[in-house]
Amino acid sequence: MPNEIVLAMRSISKTFPGVQALDHVDFTLRRGEIHALMGENGAGKSTLIKVLTGVEEFESGEITIDGFKGNMINHSPQEAQAHGISTVYQEVNLCPNLSVAENLFIGREPKRAGIIEWKTMNKKAKDLMESLDIHIDVTRALENYSIALQQMFAIARAVDMSAKVLILDEPTSSLDDNEVEKLFRLMNRLKSEGVGIIFVTHFLEQVYEVCDKITVLRNGALVGEYETEKLPRVQLVAKMMGKDFDDLAAIKKSGEAKERSGELVIDAQGIGKQGTIKPYDLKVRKGEVIGLTGLLGSGRSELARSLYGADKPDSGALKVNGRPVSVAAPLDAMMAGMAYLPENRKEEGIVADLSVRDNLILALQAKKGMFRPFGRKEQEELADKYIELLQIKTANRETPVKSLSGGNQQKVILGRWLLTDPDFLILDEPTRGIDVGTKTEIQKLVVKLSEEGKAVMFISSEVEEMLRTCSRMAVLRDGQKVGELKEGELDQNNIMKAIAGGAGDE
Amino acid sequence: MNKLIVFVKKLTGTRLFLPLFCLVLVLLSNLIKTPTFFQVTIKNGVLYGYIIDVINRASDLVILSVGMTMVVAASGGTDISVGAVMSVAGAVCCYILAGGLQTVNEFQNPYILGVLAAVFAGMLCGCFNGFLVAKMKIQPMVATLILFTAGRGMAQLITRGQITYIRVESYKMLGASIPGIPVPTPVFVALLVVILTYVLLKKTTLGLYIQTVGINSRASRLMGIKSSRIIFLSYVFCGLCAGVSGLVASSRIYSADANNIGLNLELDAILAVALGGNSLGGGKFSLLGSVIGAYTIQALSTTLYAMGVSPDQIPVYKAIVVVIIVALQSTELKKMAKRYQTGREVGKKVA
Repeated sequence: MPNEIVLAMRSISKTFPGVQALDHVDFTLRRGEIHALMGENGAGKSTLIKVLTGVEEFESGEITIDGFKGNMINHSPQEAQAHGISTVYQEVNLCPNLSVAENLFIGREPKRAGIIEWKTMNKKAKDLMESLDIHIDVTRALENYSIALQQMFAIARAVDMSAKVLILDEPTSSLDDNEVEKLFRLMNRLKSEGVGIIFVTHFLEQVYEVCDKITVLRNGALVGEYETEKLPRVQLVAKMMGKDFDDLAAIKKSGEAKERSGELVIDAQGIGKQGTIKPYDLKVRKGEVIGLTGLLGSGRSELARSLYGADKPDSGALKVNGRPVSVAAPLDAMMAGMAYLPENRKEEGIVADLSVRDNLILALQAKKGMFRPFGRKEQEELADKYIELLQIKTANRETPVKSLSGGNQQKVILGRWLLTDPDFLILDEPTRGIDVGTKTEIQKLVVKLSEEGKAVMFISSEVEEMLRTCSRMAVLRDGQKVGELKEGELDQNNIMKAIAGGAGDE
Repeated sequence: MNKLIVFVKKLTGTRLFLPLFCLVLVLLSNLIKTPTFFQVTIKNGVLYGYIIDVINRASDLVILSVGMTMVVAASGGTDISVGAVMSVAGAVCCYILAGGLQTVNEFQNPYILGVLAAVFAGMLCGCFNGFLVAKMKIQPMVATLILFTAGRGMAQLITRGQITYIRVESYKMLGASIPGIPVPTPVFVALLVVILTYVLLKKTTLGLYIQTVGINSRASRLMGIKSSRIIFLSYVFCGLCAGVSGLVASSRIYSADANNIGLNLELDAILAVALGGNSLGGGKFSLLGSVIGAYTIQALSTTLYAMGVSPDQIPVYKAIVVVIIVALQSTELKKMAKRYQTGREVGKKVA
């Protein structure tokens, strides 16, 4: 029974304009197996999933699933679902204005004579959530709950559809440790029930914690299938990157011992916003990378947003480069030399239908003013320069940014801000949902920018990443800045202690 | 041969191919029933013929659809008040030129004053719509519904419930033709509006901003683009276009007929934008597409007239053709056709 193949994909090929997205890829999933699908940006993970679930068509190859004779071609996610394949995507794809129960049962509401039985539905939803150890009011609208919880709902929905194959596409990128733990418990339970799970993630630790097998893709081709126990991490990373293992910890912070006494770039006094972030003081000097750390919802993003004017602060004073600045809207902050890469790439970052070129020049254009447009040639030169500089993988500069992979989209937004030559760069989760290779690139870039004398604010849920890049950290808890950690104090234990409130692990 | 295939593929791949194809198809369909459709004659020094009629009569709609394109792209909504705003502009112009009288045989005030006042009135209506949509965040359809219903009443108030006639030759020129020039004036007005708008979009960043705001207004705010200002501007611009269009329409009948100027034209303007291959959800847009769409609608009406369809029945035939055109451009249908085709090929292989 455990060795029974539930899903087999053979020699799948798919091309996008100018790119061979999948090149004769094989993939095998067995009953009761958690199988990690690994690879860098643009390796073809997402495309393979999309082909399997019918979002994209494939050109050649064969998909067979247990209980279905012959070649299975799904034309839509609904069809895939009917064949027993359920998917939870990286970004939550639910309806925010419907209730949790409605979201869970949308399209398969319990009905009697064509009329929805609300009581039954709400009860079923409640039972389902409780079986997952989530205690909430299922009749409230989805938007009242955090992204992390919404992600759990999406998983619950997929699980409840009694799938043979469950695909989890980066489900953990917006979850905190506690929630990840819950998810893993759930995955293991499903595994014991015989469900085959495809787990796409960028977190190596998580792969080694729950997965039985690993399939690695690179540049649209299959690298191989491995048993997790027999593949050391170093080897896995090497296989994904297609080069010798470049120790991630080896990014040098050459300014390690340097005394940080540059000029003040940011001097915030008592800035706050009712209900989101309590008034805080913050000083950032030239050449510094200040990290914001804290649990999910502790006010990291809120602090950054109030500084940038994304959410207008209702108290406090701000000086940028020694000059008092009143920040009522993002444009004011930009004019003062700030830049802000938002946490939510899809909703606040990219302008999906516009080209890479347009996306790159937009911020600089806004800074320059509406009546002084860049000439076409100037735009092309700027775009080409940053595509080259950041090694953005795109067919050309006129490709719509939405057809790029997540990591490359992030690079476009990064390029957009670097173009404005900011003194102070705020990066909110710049590496979320991005492969190891690009992650390292972005981390290196941050360190390089600080060496060039820029001040950077770095927000990330991954402590190791913060340790590698930051020279100082501000700690947040429950919407309040509770302290700072200086360069010498930066290590995992200290951070944990600070986050937990000092009494953490004594 | 291969080159030809590549050329055809490139041609059919461009965004404007389908709207243009539909326009040509509508025009060519006349060859069967009305071979004289493309005949152009000169009467009294002015060009006459069905095809001239299409170009001439479409002008009001072309001007409207230019404004509508901006509104749709920036706000993802439609301005349904444009027809009513046209009648307001016509009424304002006639009121000033007639100096409050009901019928005049010469201008009571300078012509230019009337024109400027009409355009200004259009922009004022646009400001009102823009304020409601951009600042008060009211849904575009609901916000513009106010002027849609109130606009004609306002026009009636201005003309005191009567039709104001301006029986002056120079007033008719805008809607008819200027002596010595064989092409009807509205054609030039439409052309001018399109060209000026194009230049405005190219020479400022307005075009880029409108698209950015239409696609992702939250992102645009974080990049320092004030989305509410851009949306406001797009409505003001739409009001301006409606004002100009109202002037032309009023000049055609040398009067301010508050009940009939621009009647139902707002729906045609929205349709023109859609026929041009633009998404009504906002975002990327093609100005030229909307213009082609506007000409297609007029070509359709004139074609049906030429075929002898009675005016009462025209909407039915128009609806049928519009459904076909819209279906032709739908990506879902293309997918279905493709699937059908591949399905057949697979079938062949098996056989």
